[in-house]
Amino acid sequence: MPRDGTGPAPVIPNPIQIKYYGNSSAPACYAPDMDSETRFLPRTDADQLLERLRVSGFPRILGPVARDGSLVFSPIHQWSQLPAGIRDMQTPGTYRLHRHADPLCFAWANGPQALKPLTFAGRELLWRAERHHETAAPVFEHAEDTPEPTAVLGIRACDLAALALQEKHFTHGRFPDPFFGRRRRSLFLIAVHCSHPASTCFCASTGDGPTVTRGHDLVLAELDEGYLISAGSRGGRRLLKDMALPPATAAQVQWAERASARATAAQMRHLPGRHLKQPIHDRLEARHWSRVGERCLSCGNCTAVCPTCFCHMELDEPALSGHRTEHLRQWSSCFNAEHSYMGHFLVRSDTRLRYRQWLTHKLAGWHEQYGRSGCVGCGRCITWCPVGIDITAEVAALLAEEIHAQPS
Amino acid sequence: MRSHPDLPLAARVVGRVQETRDIFSLRLALLDATERAGYRSVPGQYNMLYLFGVGEVPISIVSDPDDGGPLEHTIRAVGRVTHGLERLRVGDTLGLRGPYGRGWPLDAARGSDVIVVTGGLGCAPVISMVRHMLRHRETFGFITLLQGVKHAEDLIWRRQYQTWAALPDVQVLLASDQGGMQWPHAMGNVTTLLDQARIPADGIAMLCGPERMMKAVIPLLTDRGMDPFRIWLSIERNMQCGIGHCGHCQVGPHFICQDGPVFRYPDIADWIDREGF
Repeated sequence: MPRDGTGPAPVIPNPIQIKYYGNSSAPACYAPDMDSETRFLPRTDADQLLERLRVSGFPRILGPVARDGSLVFSPIHQWSQLPAGIRDMQTPGTYRLHRHADPLCFAWANGPQALKPLTFAGRELLWRAERHHETAAPVFEHAEDTPEPTAVLGIRACDLAALALQEKHFTHGRFPDPFFGRRRRSLFLIAVHCSHPASTCFCASTGDGPTVTRGHDLVLAELDEGYLISAGSRGGRRLLKDMALPPATAAQVQWAERASARATAAQMRHLPGRHLKQPIHDRLEARHWSRVGERCLSCGNCTAVCPTCFCHMELDEPALSGHRTEHLRQWSSCFNAEHSYMGHFLVRSDTRLRYRQWLTHKLAGWHEQYGRSGCVGCGRCITWCPVGIDITAEVAALLAEEIHAQPS
Repeated sequence: MRSHPDLPLAARVVGRVQETRDIFSLRLALLDATERAGYRSVPGQYNMLYLFGVGEVPISIVSDPDDGGPLEHTIRAVGRVTHGLERLRVGDTLGLRGPYGRGWPLDAARGSDVIVVTGGLGCAPVISMVRHMLRHRETFGFITLLQGVKHAEDLIWRRQYQTWAALPDVQVLLASDQGGMQWPHAMGNVTTLLDQARIPADGIAMLCGPERMMKAVIPLLTDRGMDPFRIWLSIERNMQCGIGHCGHCQVGPHFICQDGPVFRYPDIADWIDREGF
């Protein structure tokens, strides 16, 4: 076994031979929207942004903080808490932080969690029930939470795309989820154009990054001397106006554009297109599912770090008295046996079937459910897989197989 | 709509029948008079039943929505929640929310002959439809009911089938893999009944039961001239939220809880009886 525990490496065909499944022949590269509204925030003055957020009604500000060996969104009070000089090294199954002697605070790709825990909580009380003291009939009361207005700093384009997808899932249907909706509305999103993609990143091929184009209130581009800052919403424009910053120079804007182009070019991994539904559906009986099923531990790490995975279970936690109970939802995973439990059998009793469920849902099912692939190219499932399974390599190996007929 | 999409309502057991050793029916009435009066369902829909402190299960409504009485649910005790529900008696209370999902195609069925094919214990989702058709007898054409079970004692609603069989323009055919004493009907799979069945070439078919059974029945219907687009299936999966959020019930791109449980056959043809989906 190789040291990274991936087992026999999947046969990856020469990428040149892979058909591109999409509308255009190459992944798009967005130029950042650095128009005349782009302002310059000097690094020495960056705390001004935090102060402006606080007076604008966001007492709680979350930013990336290096903690326990990874970057996590935590409450911050001053710019100096941000991970200056920190770089992340991500490969299949590995995540390491190391320090550089420079002031850059956003020169890394991402941490294990996107915005998902902020809007779709890992564990959430949905309702309570209590037995009526006379009739013993259950009296139901839904949980009310009032999320504190929160500004989040340092969000990447891939995670904004994922948030938009989860928003569609939880709030655009017939039964909008009030918890997700309230949490989403409480957020003010300050994104950063990604300048240092990890080796596991492939957002350029999914069309979701590395440059921020939508879904943000404000967006920053980081230069040595400070930040270019522009707005993406009415709230963002108001806040930017109140800060009264000088306009960015043409040279600064050009520098940021070049950094974005470099970040696109630097991505080593890619999916072979944005419309993989048909080629995957054509290969539901491919031999490759067994090969990846043998390596996969069915641990569900990929689904926990995936910013779009929405599966959850519902459970009751009754009080010992038997008179009160709480009904919760908690993140779950299609890699768990519970997920396909049917009372008398499991729909997916082995890992091959669970991996196939996950991948076909992510890259095919989402197209029919939400009009696009469920993958935003953040690469977390690759980094945080304990055996380093690489979705881009698995898709390449799968698509290299000939089409199998559906067994009758 | 209520502000919280998945908050149950309190309901009381007003009737209980032990159908077989492990199958029972509960007749439930919502406690709140306004909710009770406002409750509307379509045959083929289901409710989420909640056992206090234990959890929820999706259960088909077997009563005809137009009967105006309590909501009847027929349940087999197989898991934690259903074993608990089995212990409820008349007067006990539980939680109920619904109805959910897409029911049988009432509009398409009106004015048509209808053939209903069910297998195993999976017939519950069609019972409401059969009752609805018989209540509005003049609205529907000839009704063919085919039901197959594994053991003769699994045939619930035996008396009801007898009553239905005696009605004009209704054909009832029953089969059991294992007949036992006093089983007057056919032996074997429900597919063995199709030869004797009146199959309405321009009618509507409603299927429910094991996916393998349904998959075996469909070619027998289309061979006799039925249009695949007029064949409808009720599909069953693990459901925890019932509102398309939790992800458990997905079959390919379909959320069974909301897109189904009733599907037009061509819409679900690629996915039924397919290992792992």
